Amino acid sequence: MAEKTKKEDKPVADKITVGHVHMSGCTGCLVSLADNYGGLLTILDRYADLVYGLTLADVRHIPKMDVALVEGSVCIQDKLAVEEIKQTREKAAVVVAVGGCACYGNITRFGRGGQPNQPQHESYLPIGDLIKVDVYIPGCAPTPQLIRNVCVMAYLLLKGTKEQKDLATAFLTPLMQLADRGTTACGCDLIYDVINQGLCMGCGSCTASCPVRAITMEYGKPNVNREMCIKCGACYAQCPRSFFNVDVVNQYEGIMEAIDGALK
Amino acid sequence: MGTELGVYKTCVSARSTSKEILKKAQDGGIVTQLFAYALDEGIIDGAIVAGPGPEPWRPMPMVALTSEELMASRGTRYNLSPNVALIKEVTRSYGLDKVGIVGTPCQMQAVRKGQLYPAGLRDVPDKIALAIGIFCMENFPYQSIKQLVEDHAGMALPAVKKMEIGKGKFWVYGERGQVVTLPLKVTHKYEQPGCHVCLDYVANLADVSTGSVGSPDGWSTVFVRSKKGDDIWSKAMAAGCFETKPIEQVKPGLELVSKLANEKISKNQKTVESRATFGVNKALRNPYVSPK
Repeated sequence: MAEKTKKEDKPVADKITVGHVHMSGCTGCLVSLADNYGGLLTILDRYADLVYGLTLADVRHIPKMDVALVEGSVCIQDKLAVEEIKQTREKAAVVVAVGGCACYGNITRFGRGGQPNQPQHESYLPIGDLIKVDVYIPGCAPTPQLIRNVCVMAYLLLKGTKEQKDLATAFLTPLMQLADRGTTACGCDLIYDVINQGLCMGCGSCTASCPVRAITMEYGKPNVNREMCIKCGACYAQCPRSFFNVDVVNQYEGIMEAIDGALK
Repeated sequence: MGTELGVYKTCVSARSTSKEILKKAQDGGIVTQLFAYALDEGIIDGAIVAGPGPEPWRPMPMVALTSEELMASRGTRYNLSPNVALIKEVTRSYGLDKVGIVGTPCQMQAVRKGQLYPAGLRDVPDKIALAIGIFCMENFPYQSIKQLVEDHAGMALPAVKKMEIGKGKFWVYGERGQVVTLPLKVTHKYEQPGCHVCLDYVANLADVSTGSVGSPDGWSTVFVRSKKGDDIWSKAMAAGCFETKPIEQVKPGLELVSKLANEKISKNQKTVESRATFGVNKALRNPYVSPK
């Protein structure tokens, strides 16, 4: 007896389209996205179609998409790279700079050319210096959890009810403000924009967030070893005195439950 | 205002039933007792607490993995202990899956921001099992405490048994029974400047928050806030960890807590607002509005 053919059940009606654009990055940001494990599969099942991503899929050219997750900075001596970041802006409704390199240049800030076989490849800029960027996800590596939260919120923003759109807007606002703030980052941000501004209260978040242990707390205040700092921007983004959007953070319990629920 | 005490499910006056804990507890021994219970029950694998530091009365954040280690962190040290600095490390080399952390309101804010917006805190968001907040009016740098105790109170730091801010005074108790009090106005100029923009008195974002104000000496006022907090508090109560009284039946009670909370918030709200016109057509930054 012929087995009854089972049709695959795909509740895909209202997915958003997402692409991963790889500039001068290390793919660690994409690995961070993948490190959501089952959560990523759920996102791809229910909320998003991955329409582009050279590491994972055989789509050669940048297509139209709702959200572009861009990692890496742009080598301005590499014509193709410059072309691609411009195309990304044209093709994507929302451009997200994922990770320290796309947001702030990060380790590529130290690039200065002189290495074979392209010794002239010496100038790297964060993507925000070439195109308008909508949302920042800082960190080197960025955390799987923040990438996940932004993906869920981007879905709610584009496909949700009025209430969900409002929540998503409120959630994403500080990450949009970080994108507006600029394209440079350093442990010095803690000096300029927190301590010098009379805002540091010595909690230690910056120390915890630094990926290279460049920040120690000396008598309750951050001390930045600037020779160790790789300019990723995590410390300032993590500092509760960089942005502290009370309206959103006060709802932490509900929001975390909602995100967990969406990925169950 | 009405929001000055944050969201909570229950509020009681409480103290630990352990004589051992109470011996050196600042007030009712709530933090030590609740962590000790959570450790014993496997609700947490360890807790970030303010442990003893390299100088007298200077706290150092540490990870307590046993009740004995918790005991060493009892008592309030009125200077900075950057507990959040360990929040990622406990999930790394310490290998903890269920993390406890105690801290001031600003540190609870840091934890919650870290859970919603983890920029450099991979895997931390889902591992916070119990965040206990302590009431905080303001804090001091270590040098301020040194100055207050040594210069103003005329006592040697190693000879101090307990410090307390309460009833409008800064109290310094010596090991040999002597007591020196300073009027609070003496202490104001020594406060950490970053405290003057803080709009949270009773650790609104903690799972459970506790402090001395509102309850009699030796007792603590406790707010049980989140689902997690409620669950753990109920279990600890059922296990006989705490003696409690309804907050309505103790003096001075919630009215005083509300009054002090309102005073702190409105004073600091003014400071936040005055930053907008601090210079000539130039403002100081407002973190509650934007990171710019």
